[in-house]
Amino acid sequence: MTDSKYFTTTKKGEIFELKAELNSDKKEKKKEAVKKVIASMTVGKDVSALFPDVVNCMQTDNLELKKLVYLYLMNYAKSQPDMAIMAVNTFVKDCEDPNPLIRALAVRTMGCIRVDKITEYLCEPLRKCLKDEDPYVRKTAAVCVAKLHDINAQLVEDQGFLDTLKDLISDSNPMVVANAVAALSEIAESHPNSNLLDLNPQSINKLLTALNECTEWGQIFILDCLANYTPRDDRESQSICERVTPRLSHANSAVVLSAVKVLMKFMEMLPKDLDYYGTLLKKLAPPLVTLLSAEPELQYVALRNINLIVQKRPEILKHEMKVFFVKYNDPIYVKLEKLDIMIRLASQANIAQVLAELKEYATEVDVDFVRKAVRAIGRCAIKVEQSAERCVSTLLDLIQTKVNYVVQEAIVVIKDIFRKYPNKYESVIATLCENLDSLDEPEARAAMIWIVGEYAERIDNADELLESFLEGFHDESTQVQLQLLTAIVKLFLKKPTETQELVQQVLSLATQDSDNPDLRDRGYIYWRLLSTDPVAAKEVVLAEKPLISEETDLIEPTLLEELICHIGTLASVYHKPPSAFVEGSRGVMHKRLPARTGSGEGTECPDVGNAAGGSAPEAAPSIIPSQGDLLGDLLNLDLPAVLLPLMGAGFGAAPAVMPASLNAPVGGGLGDLFDLGGGVGMPMGAYIPPKTVWLPAMKAKGLEISGTFARRAGVIQMELVLTNKAMSVMTDFAIQFNRNSFGLAPAGPLQVLTPLGPNQTIEVSLPLSTVGPVMKMDPLNNLQVAVKNNIDVFYFSCQYPISMLFVEDGKMERQVFLATWKDIPNDNESQFQIQDCHLNSEAASNKLQGSNIFTIAKRTVEGQDMLYMSIKLSNGIWVLAELKVQAGNPNYTISLKCRAPEVSQCVFQCYEAVLKN
Amino acid sequence: MIHSLFLVNSSGDIFLEKHWKSVVSRSVCDYFFEAQERASEPENVPPVIPTPHHYLISVLRHRIYFVAVIQSEVPPLFVIEFLHRVVDTFQDYFGVCTEAAIKDNVVVVYELLEEMLDNGFPLATESNILKELIKPPTILRTVVNTITGSTNVGEQLPTGQLSVVPWRRTGVKYTNNEAYFDVVEEIDAIIDKSGSTITAEIQGVIDACVKLTGMPDLTLSFMNPRLLDDVSFHPCVRFKRWEAERILSFIPPDGNFRLLSYHVSCQNLVAIPVYVKHNITFREGSSQGRFELTLGPKQTMGKGLEAVLISSQLPRGVLNTNLNPSQGTYNFDPVTKLLSWDVGKINPQKLPSLKGSMSLQAGASKPDENPTINIQFKIQQSALSGLKVNRLDMYGEKYKPFKGIKYMTKAGKFQTKGLLRGRAWDLKN
Repeated sequence: MTDSKYFTTTKKGEIFELKAELNSDKKEKKKEAVKKVIASMTVGKDVSALFPDVVNCMQTDNLELKKLVYLYLMNYAKSQPDMAIMAVNTFVKDCEDPNPLIRALAVRTMGCIRVDKITEYLCEPLRKCLKDEDPYVRKTAAVCVAKLHDINAQLVEDQGFLDTLKDLISDSNPMVVANAVAALSEIAESHPNSNLLDLNPQSINKLLTALNECTEWGQIFILDCLANYTPRDDRESQSICERVTPRLSHANSAVVLSAVKVLMKFMEMLPKDLDYYGTLLKKLAPPLVTLLSAEPELQYVALRNINLIVQKRPEILKHEMKVFFVKYNDPIYVKLEKLDIMIRLASQANIAQVLAELKEYATEVDVDFVRKAVRAIGRCAIKVEQSAERCVSTLLDLIQTKVNYVVQEAIVVIKDIFRKYPNKYESVIATLCENLDSLDEPEARAAMIWIVGEYAERIDNADELLESFLEGFHDESTQVQLQLLTAIVKLFLKKPTETQELVQQVLSLATQDSDNPDLRDRGYIYWRLLSTDPVAAKEVVLAEKPLISEETDLIEPTLLEELICHIGTLASVYHKPPSAFVEGSRGVMHKRLPARTGSGEGTECPDVGNAAGGSAPEAAPSIIPSQGDLLGDLLNLDLPAVLLPLMGAGFGAAPAVMPASLNAPVGGGLGDLFDLGGGVGMPMGAYIPPKTVWLPAMKAKGLEISGTFARRAGVIQMELVLTNKAMSVMTDFAIQFNRNSFGLAPAGPLQVLTPLGPNQTIEVSLPLSTVGPVMKMDPLNNLQVAVKNNIDVFYFSCQYPISMLFVEDGKMERQVFLATWKDIPNDNESQFQIQDCHLNSEAASNKLQGSNIFTIAKRTVEGQDMLYMSIKLSNGIWVLAELKVQAGNPNYTISLKCRAPEVSQCVFQCYEAVLKN
Repeated sequence: MIHSLFLVNSSGDIFLEKHWKSVVSRSVCDYFFEAQERASEPENVPPVIPTPHHYLISVLRHRIYFVAVIQSEVPPLFVIEFLHRVVDTFQDYFGVCTEAAIKDNVVVVYELLEEMLDNGFPLATESNILKELIKPPTILRTVVNTITGSTNVGEQLPTGQLSVVPWRRTGVKYTNNEAYFDVVEEIDAIIDKSGSTITAEIQGVIDACVKLTGMPDLTLSFMNPRLLDDVSFHPCVRFKRWEAERILSFIPPDGNFRLLSYHVSCQNLVAIPVYVKHNITFREGSSQGRFELTLGPKQTMGKGLEAVLISSQLPRGVLNTNLNPSQGTYNFDPVTKLLSWDVGKINPQKLPSLKGSMSLQAGASKPDENPTINIQFKIQQSALSGLKVNRLDMYGEKYKPFKGIKYMTKAGKFQTKGLLRGRAWDLKN
């Protein structure tokens, strides 16, 4: 007799029958009926009509029946809130039951009923259960707080449950500790600025003790929580590492990976010459290898993480190349990941083995895999210089197989090899040319055309070859067309006599018959270049190209650092920062690796956590390529490709939230912007700094850009003045921002509708939004901008006054102000002096109000006016200020308090700028 | 945390859903089905699939997809490990984990899932705790329940739930006290066409079946513990003791469990127990090909090779085969092109071979793919790595238990790379 009987239906109508059975007098029949209802529910049938009948069965001593009814309630309470209230009494009663199992069950179920009316009744029983004598009940109640927070966050805060939850971290039972940590972590995810998990050495010690005794799941929660902690110095770091290391031998792979995360992060603080550092490195390899013998799904996640680890610390796995060799029956997603890691680990020592493997893979059945294997051979050639020759000969062997997609893929990678090692392997061109006819993919055709154009002087029939492509010019994809245009121009510059006709033909095809603006523009540029100054044309078109290197496919270092802090999470699987894609987490903390510090210096700083992180200056890698690199590449690469690193992050709906765990202290550097002042700001309106030149004409091929920022009617605007100081017309303007501290991004396109003629000036106002991708900049208000026109892409950086981020509803209630002021720790307070300001307090207050700095209260003590002010930033950060003005004294004193003290400096600059203008 | 769970069968029907937070519409699985369609094989469905509002993390076991829906940042391994635990629990409860078994026990399944996860947080995943909360269905109990009206839900808080040894329940009693340990090693290897080893590694496990009364405290020591430098332990093993003395000391769970798994890598020189010689040739311009395959024992430490099974995916161009096995039976499926040969035992005096011809599609070009040969085998009473248990002692209880250790070696992913001769570019050289 099995449960499948519950699925059989009768003709009369199932619901009708069940109703009758639920109201039966016999207990046994009732239970059977509820089981049938549950069975229907599991397959997605709607049985909500039976709600009153099922709830009637709730008052029972039979635990199984009770559980079943609870199951039903959780599913349907939401749709029948009024009926659900009937159940409350039973819940409250059950919370007092002598049996802990029933108490826990009741509090657990109540938390799952997402009905507002019920949650009110939940508070009292929950408070009791949080302090229950039985740890089983306490641990269940801890999770219940997280549930309740999800339904009604305000209620949880008002009732003080968060503090009770924090107390549970010191509970005597490890399971309770683990669940409290889990609940707090979940709540903290939606509360980026709250110091819920305020870790200090004492609480860390408690967590480490609980770590040894709690369940595997609890260990994961605790380890993930530990990873957010920044140790004070290397000694503490080492002692935590020592206590976490045993977790590497756990059977649960999630525990292992979370432990790896903690170790990878804390290792950063250990001095490299320490013996322990080497020991730790050695200990990390075996567990990572073991993960690869698990089920394929686990392997996949492990491989994505190993990919990050080998980029950060290649030494860990450098001897383990063989475990990444692909097995014939690995799922394709595992194969592709293994291939990627093989290339990352390839070195002179193991390249022979790797190549032999890759060659094998290139003859397998799966097309995607074969393609990637061929590409991998090319990447090896670029990465390991000594192996380039072998790689090329392997690729030639593969071309000989004449398997269509293998040949095409091989040609694409050979092009890259030519660019890395010019004038070395051109002898193979003849072989490549034999396969010209079989190429049908745009990428391969474009690569082949590039090769022919680049080496036109060594290919006797280059003109014929290119001509043959030209016949079907309009059917080709843009990529091929552009490449063909460039290749023919190159050919012409190398062999002008025979190819005049050909170049005419391609230029007219590109400029007259094509609808593609890119193609047309490029055609015109060449045409004009060739007709005005062939020597210059030669210099531009045949300029030496920068060499490519293997770094192109490495993850950008700041992103890598952040991802290392997120090992084991979805972010690590997608290799994107969590802010880029995780929905529902309104505030995402940007994590960074701690910096190395000596044990001595760390303790001197008052705010140890932050100070340790920030004391070493970190070399910020420049994302934007320098001007010089771009020039050589201009005509051979598509512009979008150049812009890619800048725009790659896209305009996802990433919430603009100030990173809460900013580590580096904000340096000065704002000064220069304001020192240039002296212009007239509007007396009562928002302060607008005078325009400054951001991009001088000589750096941008004749385009001069100056501008400023303003906040008008709640909209942030970037006011630009574009001046054309070149001889030719400029068109096709576009603008793009790099990720920045407050998520500034253009809210619309740059409106330059008419072409900008020589010596013309145009003023444009660009509305900005604050929902762009966020990345902490140094200085905080730095903004990197790319402007594109028909000539090139130009990059500059500028600094905006933070006052434009002050929002209109920044006036705080007095009570709230008071409470907040007290609540923010004194460490976060900073004091500044404003000198030589001759305003009285009234005038100052009015002036500041124009820039959305609101005076909330004023107090006069012994002839000294104290003004209390509040400011709210566009990302929700509040800054509270106390301004002391003494009559007759031109020097003001200002104290700023903020949960993100990094902004204080910027805010102070604003005060100064506003008051003095 | 884990939001919902959907179970999908091989024909793409959702046959069970469970939500731990608010209800997520089952239409979210459409993204999964899309990925499933794109995948060439069922096992190629990617384990993590993003959708606009959720993430789907899935595992495929026993031809059922277990699809977990999550909404916020959760470690994917955490979810995958949990799903594995669900599968293991079902198997433990119902003997098999099939769609039929799950449907037959749908209410128990539902009760179990509710007990295993609370608001997406794992609650009770240890088999012995679950069994105290929800009794596994047995025919006897079903009958008794029907007659007496009692339930299969435990009314008492499981004792293990909060104790320091959550994996063991108290009050265990047996008349025959026994402890059996199986050392099982699987060898994964890739051998190249010339017969030399490209990679070889051993995945070993020690599975235990312990039925001992009371709270026994066991220690297990090895003759050569140095072999074990890469190990994963059951939570019951005292790690400190292992670090210091290389002795496994533990209070065992009751019943079957995996005490440890270990990994012996290629650096520690794994002996290869079997060799394969094979030759597959196609001649240019002919629709016939030759196939020859011989295999024999290599380093087996005097133990015989058993249950040998050869399989290979032949190139797509092969229409049919006409082969003669010297022993065992062979089978070629012309649709999937899968050749399998059940060899059985290998007699070192008379090596088994499989020879004959293959017919190719007329006029087709030479096949390009390299067939890989998969080999399965077993070696009884021997652990390939040489791992040996020294002694097993019991403390804490008075009685004398029966003890037993068994060794076995199996092939895991054991492959020999093939070589096709007569390809265009080989001929040229």
